[in-house]
Amino acid sequence: MSNTNKKAPARTMDLVERSLARRYGAEKRFRFYGVISVVIGVLALALLFWEIFSAGLGGFRQTHIQLTLKFDPDVLEIADARDARQVQNGNFEGVVRAALAERFPAVLDRGGRRDLNGILSIGAAFDLRDKLVDEPELLGQTRTYWLLADDDVDTYYKSLREGNAFTARTSEARQVWIQELIDGGELRTQFNTRLFTSGDSSEPEMAGILGAVVGSLLTLLVTFILSFPIGVAAAVYLEEYAPRNRFTDFIEVNISNLAAVPSIIFGLLGLAIFIGLFGMPRSIPLVGGLVLTLMTLPTIIISSRNAIKAVPPSIREAALGIGASKMQMILHHVLPLAMPGMLTGAIIGMAQALGETAPLLMIGMVAFIMDVPNGISDPATVLPVQIFLWSDSPERAFVERTSAAIMVLLAFLVCMNTLAVWLRKRLERRW
Amino acid sequence: MQQTLEQKPPVSPKVSAPPMAPTFSIPEPAQMPVSADYKTVGVPLVENAKFAMRDVNVFYGEKQAVFNVNLDIGENEVIAMIGPSGCGKSTFLRCLNRMNDTIDICRVTGSIQLDGEEIYASKMDVVPLRARVGMVFQKPNPFPKSIYENVAYGPKIHGLASRRVDLDEIVETSLRRAGLWEEVKDRLDAPGTGLSGGQQQRLCIARTIAVSPEVILMDEPCSALDPIATAKIEELIAELSQNYTIAIVTHSMQQAARVSHRTAYFHLGKLIEVNDTQKVFTTPDHALTEAYITGRFG
Repeated sequence: MSNTNKKAPARTMDLVERSLARRYGAEKRFRFYGVISVVIGVLALALLFWEIFSAGLGGFRQTHIQLTLKFDPDVLEIADARDARQVQNGNFEGVVRAALAERFPAVLDRGGRRDLNGILSIGAAFDLRDKLVDEPELLGQTRTYWLLADDDVDTYYKSLREGNAFTARTSEARQVWIQELIDGGELRTQFNTRLFTSGDSSEPEMAGILGAVVGSLLTLLVTFILSFPIGVAAAVYLEEYAPRNRFTDFIEVNISNLAAVPSIIFGLLGLAIFIGLFGMPRSIPLVGGLVLTLMTLPTIIISSRNAIKAVPPSIREAALGIGASKMQMILHHVLPLAMPGMLTGAIIGMAQALGETAPLLMIGMVAFIMDVPNGISDPATVLPVQIFLWSDSPERAFVERTSAAIMVLLAFLVCMNTLAVWLRKRLERRW
Repeated sequence: MQQTLEQKPPVSPKVSAPPMAPTFSIPEPAQMPVSADYKTVGVPLVENAKFAMRDVNVFYGEKQAVFNVNLDIGENEVIAMIGPSGCGKSTFLRCLNRMNDTIDICRVTGSIQLDGEEIYASKMDVVPLRARVGMVFQKPNPFPKSIYENVAYGPKIHGLASRRVDLDEIVETSLRRAGLWEEVKDRLDAPGTGLSGGQQQRLCIARTIAVSPEVILMDEPCSALDPIATAKIEELIAELSQNYTIAIVTHSMQQAARVSHRTAYFHLGKLIEVNDTQKVFTTPDHALTEAYITGRFG
């Protein structure tokens, strides 16, 4: 071998040099394909974010109208502001109407009045009631407030500012009033706190994602509490104790297959078993969590097994060699070293579960629920289902709220993935 | 180019059992077979046996790795096991504290007695056995914990110290005996994995002696270390031999000659010769031993 090389060094080098240009060319193309792929990926991501942000940022602002109102006991029909029942039944809409009539005294006909009253949300009256509950002394006094505008006004005002006024649902008379309010500085957008503090509503200006966020958190809590210990225990058994035979091979293949089963099937399973067979109520986070546990388990088992496999055998031998029992070896050495990997897998599984819609539709978490759930057995919906519901609503104002909710969901996902990375960095030990 | 590639000799056949390294030197030991009814020459048996092995066979599935080994290890003796790669010496060593149990397909027959107790008996508990027969591995394998925790782990799980001061004392004496105390006493909380290779191996020895074993098995403890670290470990072995019985597997014949009282030569899973170390390296009884120590195959 060495002889032939020595005899014809020049010839070999010629051959090598002749092929060099071709090889470098191939390498350049190879790198170029990679760059193109990365650029396509980044562009797709940028497009997605631009689309969502441009549509959704408006959802974080809400139009408000400034009005001076008098908490007139006669209009309200409230004699004692400390009497909860009286306040509950108070005619706050009458106060709002009176204030509007005072602001626009020229509007006298019935139709015009009704149109005028419609520029404020029905939520404005509820807000006034809350204020009176907080401050009973307000009864009989006159105050100036920024009140919640109707979603049509909101949509019109925002589109007007962008120079492309959407007038389909705003009468000409209203446009005049709104212009008058704008000129007087009595109409402006404020941060949309309701989006984060209230549950779903059929009125876009009053709709919020709090109910869905709490529902999502409760569902994820159930999912995590069930799937992490079960997944880790299964992984430990399969990796450390189970004998290698046909049966365990069969189990392994099935776990891998389950990870690829479409999630809606898990929803059907949950519907048949948890609701059909066990008679659990529909639409509750407990059932949602159970279904998502089934869905997440394979992911957690597989990632936990890989994390356990990655623990060097020398550490196991070291522990066994000084007389640790198998359980001590696992608990003291294998699991701590595998923990970052297992947690990362679990968090990624949770992120997957957070974004899951289809199986939850099956078990009825798609219902219209206004109240924020108080526990895992209260009817609830989750963020992605809320997004799905809003995207289905006809009101224009729901478009930007849908995008705003998507941004919140994305923020949660980014937070969870960041947590996974941070935990891995934090817990990772070198050996 | 093409031609020279084709002229390459065929790839050497695979060896199946995990701890056995493939053999590739020429001539291979396989070309020097030993008959099945071989008899170990020299003095395999001693009076004050700590370990007594009789007719030990080890199988990996279908493949037999150790054949009919009869050997005693005396109290406070250092016995070195040498032989070409894949000769079964590590496999044999790992039988002595049942570390082979961790390999599913591994099967051991025959009798191995520690102080007259059968260690492969079904009622024998491996946990106390491994506390009595400690092991130091080829690659230093400290736990990814502090130096203190590394040494204290064994005493903790065996409940050897109930109070913190007792534990501190065990840690200190173990590190002193392993010759590591002076180097690490100011940084006991530093990670054990941050030490140098030689220090790590001494830490592993300290960890082993912290549970006060009677026997220490060493599986090529210096093969991953530089000469200076090796010299320190060898010194340490000489010191430890006053209190412990030590069985050491080594690839270095010089090391076997320096540290051991007796040397056992393994060949293809068979124990060929056991004699006083000096005799093995000067006037071996068996032709194969002589061929090996003079480097005629490896």
